[in-house]
Amino acid sequence: MSADTGRKATRWALAGLCTLIGLWLILPLAVIVPISFSGEDSFAFPPQSWTLARYANLVTPQWTQALLNSLVVALLVAGLCAVLGTLAAFAIVRSHSRAMVVLRLLILAPQVVPIIIVGLGVYLVFLGWQLTGTVSGFVIAHAALSLPFVVIPVAASLQTFDRSLERASASLGAAPVATFFQVTFPIIRPAILSGTLLAFLGSFDELVLALFLQSPTFVTLPVQLYRRMTDTIDPTIAAVATIQLGFVIACVIVALVLERRRAAGTKAG
Amino acid sequence: MGGQLLSGGVMGTAGKARLPFLAGIDRWWLVALPVLAFLALFFVYPSATILLRTFTRFDAPQVGGLDNLVWFFSRDANRAILLRTFVVAGLSTVLTSLVAFPYAYLMTQVRPAVRTLMFGVLLVSMFFGILLRNFAWVVMLQMQGPLNDVIAALGFERQRFLGTMPAVLMGMTHVLFPFMVLPLYAVLRGIDTRLVLAAESLGARPARAFWDIYLPLSLPGFIAGALLVFVLALGFFITPAVLGSTQQSLLSQLMYAQFYRQAAFGRAGAMALVLLVATVAALVLASALSKRSRAYEATP
Repeated sequence: MSADTGRKATRWALAGLCTLIGLWLILPLAVIVPISFSGEDSFAFPPQSWTLARYANLVTPQWTQALLNSLVVALLVAGLCAVLGTLAAFAIVRSHSRAMVVLRLLILAPQVVPIIIVGLGVYLVFLGWQLTGTVSGFVIAHAALSLPFVVIPVAASLQTFDRSLERASASLGAAPVATFFQVTFPIIRPAILSGTLLAFLGSFDELVLALFLQSPTFVTLPVQLYRRMTDTIDPTIAAVATIQLGFVIACVIVALVLERRRAAGTKAG
Repeated sequence: MGGQLLSGGVMGTAGKARLPFLAGIDRWWLVALPVLAFLALFFVYPSATILLRTFTRFDAPQVGGLDNLVWFFSRDANRAILLRTFVVAGLSTVLTSLVAFPYAYLMTQVRPAVRTLMFGVLLVSMFFGILLRNFAWVVMLQMQGPLNDVIAALGFERQRFLGTMPAVLMGMTHVLFPFMVLPLYAVLRGIDTRLVLAAESLGARPARAFWDIYLPLSLPGFIAGALLVFVLALGFFITPAVLGSTQQSLLSQLMYAQFYRQAAFGRAGAMALVLLVATVAALVLASALSKRSRAYEATP
């Protein structure tokens, strides 16, 4: 009897603790929202006066250009990673060569090598190649970092893939290319898509390499934010943050609803 | 042998027919070639370039053995920064584990709807930009910020948090939390809780059963998460730059300063080398630890 009440108390304590942790995760982000409508030139909380001026600020070229640059770079990174990452995943899973370990290590390395080291090196080398301050420079540098996002899920999906499907397709007379696009690709597509999305987000949010590669004429959104954050007190940052928060919440809700629907579907089937 | 041939694959046979001179090598290397070339050129070569700068000298004749490493280790200030980097990485690993464990554990215990909510909270915080999350903590921790409002309302004096180590640790724990929760949850989810019930039915008190049965089984998740968090924390740059101060900088910031303000590429290279060696050492140590914990799991 007393063990049971003890267990119940532990449960409630745990639930309380996790509510606090959840608040700790979310509350600092939520605090930004009222700041973005603040009429003061500081981050004072709660604001004394209200305005939409911060959002009007965002429509100036320095912000729209930075956003556009970030979107272009991230889209190209996503495309490049989707192709290169899928190739790499095939090689890693399908090859019998033990030396493929090298490829695997090489792909994972950018995730563990401290980003500042990559940044310094990329700066030195790309300066010589005249790639600093260019879209291609950003895309190449970010793609090297984002490759694992595609390789890991696609390799996992290929590992569980039933190869007899491909043999069946081949034995029915399909050419290898047709087999790939009609049999293999549809099965690994979800893995490629989710990996590509992560690669996009990784590039869109990347700051350290971008700080090294930026030029006076080419900055990305994180660089622009970082400049405004370290040089001055600019509440415009809060407006950017509020928009991003709304966007992230919408995406997460859609993803979770789709996931639950999918889970329910598999249960029913 | 037949199976080996078959699993060579659809693409394999076609490649062999067209390129007979490659018959001896694994044809998948051809598929891997673009990726290998890409990473060699744009990741390995740049990283090697900065690391090799360690062995150059600032002024002519520019070839100087270990000068930069000697410079790094001979200065008290540098050694203090190295030590601080390790301490901060260690502390943020411990703090992240302490916050992540109850959260991951509760996620395995609740109804699916509540779990979805907990996942949602985690994902929102995770996908909200790293820089903006640090900005959020600037707003929270500032002199006139919400936290200080609470402190003032309780009758205490307002504290200066920004530019201090606690602020950096708070930001780092917040940013690193998902990297600990996800591997931990993946392992906790697979633990058979009947083992804990069995221990209790044999007379163990709940706390004891949890400590002796559940916690050791969760160890692989802890090790995977802690390794990731520690390695990431060693190279942290954004959070200390935004929430910390230059008086208490970490290795990454010192590298950035040496590189940009003083154009001392050799010194930055030496620090890069030290940081990389530390990171690799942590990885090797952790893989040895996780092998031991797996051995523990295998023993009945």
